[in-house]
Amino acid sequence: MKLTLRVWRQKNADADGTMSTYEVDGISPDMSFLEMLDTLNEELILKGEDPVAFDHDCREGICGACSLVINGDAHGPERTTTCQLHMRSFRDGDTIDVEPWRASAFPVVKDLVVDRSAFDRIIQAGGYITAPTGSAPEAHATPVPKPDADFAFEHAECIGCGACVAACPNGAAMLFTSAKVNHLNVLPQGAPERETRVLDMVAQMDEEGFGGCTLAGECATACPKGIPLTSITGMNKEWLRATRKAAKR
Amino acid sequence: MARTVWDSTVGKKAVMAVSGLIMLLYLVVHMIGNLKIFFGPGEFNHYAHWLRTVGEPFMHHEWTLWLVRVVLVVAVVAHAVSAYQLSRRDIKARPSKYVHSKPRASYATRTMRWGGIILALFIVWHVLDLTTGHVHSGGFESGKPYQNVVDTFSTWYGNAVYIVAMLAVGLHIRHGFWSAAQTLGVGSRTRDRALKTVANVLALLLTAGFLAVPVGVMTQVVS
Repeated sequence: MKLTLRVWRQKNADADGTMSTYEVDGISPDMSFLEMLDTLNEELILKGEDPVAFDHDCREGICGACSLVINGDAHGPERTTTCQLHMRSFRDGDTIDVEPWRASAFPVVKDLVVDRSAFDRIIQAGGYITAPTGSAPEAHATPVPKPDADFAFEHAECIGCGACVAACPNGAAMLFTSAKVNHLNVLPQGAPERETRVLDMVAQMDEEGFGGCTLAGECATACPKGIPLTSITGMNKEWLRATRKAAKR
Repeated sequence: MARTVWDSTVGKKAVMAVSGLIMLLYLVVHMIGNLKIFFGPGEFNHYAHWLRTVGEPFMHHEWTLWLVRVVLVVAVVAHAVSAYQLSRRDIKARPSKYVHSKPRASYATRTMRWGGIILALFIVWHVLDLTTGHVHSGGFESGKPYQNVVDTFSTWYGNAVYIVAMLAVGLHIRHGFWSAAQTLGVGSRTRDRALKTVANVLALLLTAGFLAVPVGVMTQVVS
């Protein structure tokens, strides 16, 4: 396959960026999108140019490190992570636009790499349980109803990649935050911090400068793990409940 | 608690949802009232007069009407101020656009902000036209709403402004009603289809019901 790539190049956080055009040839349809970028970078390095910086780690679709907005879609045209997107999703001769996640809470570090530590701070605000850790507890010690376990697991699938923020027209982190809140709030292990968790995490989310939710639904469409839009509804419910309870105290 | 709600994006959306639902409830009542115009000037004017005497003798003349007006003004202001503040925040949170971007969300979703501005301007015109009569086209006569309505819809611009606003209100309700349910946490996967259907039906019924009046005047069914 021969492709034309238009890639966002930006030297550092303070520099102005621009879309640069590159031609790549000899791309196999079985390559992943990241392997295609590796091919481009090898050529750039041989030519003595600066390779394109992009985030990646496991390349198995489970770590949440890779990003990229490809032709306007977070993680590209398939509902998966960029590392699991294969070049067979494109046609020979295509022009592909590659841009970084866009949100003021995710500043560009270099080229296609953005700083997603705002997510870490949201987690630090309440995305944990305070049960003592140690060796794995006896599985039957805390009974969890099957529907609750399924619900928690569905939301626990979130890998924190930030595609929801990138796809949201308001740069909101509602889907990420709601996935974490719902995952822990439904389980007995997460019950002691049920109210403080949602209040603190939403407050931190606002503090980081993410936008608000207008229920456009772009986040859930972009999410490679299929976190449903109703996750946000669930968090809203938890937040209102916690606010009412806090007022009674 | 009020502070927590107002300072949070989630809380401010809840304010928008509740104020929106209050206005929606009013619109349903308002539309049903409007339709009485098809039963002639007697019934329509009598209905308009009754609105001033609701609740008597417990309520003094026009007390109920003013109570409703106050609630509506509070709802409109709360809705608009929240929308303005949230929109400012949203635009700031996504300062640079994608080079490769495509419209995705439904037309109703994408037009919420402009639709809201159109509706705010419409409300001002509508009150000045048919409540106070300041910008009324014919000789405005207080207490003769039937004739006033016919006068307004006998002008091309009266019809144009009204039709645009009613289409905007339909689109606004289509996304707004369903969104309010999500914001207040009553939406769920099993209820989603029902909520969307109710939103569409409400949007369609209200738009059609309100548009029936200018169409009635234009086709001389009401004259």
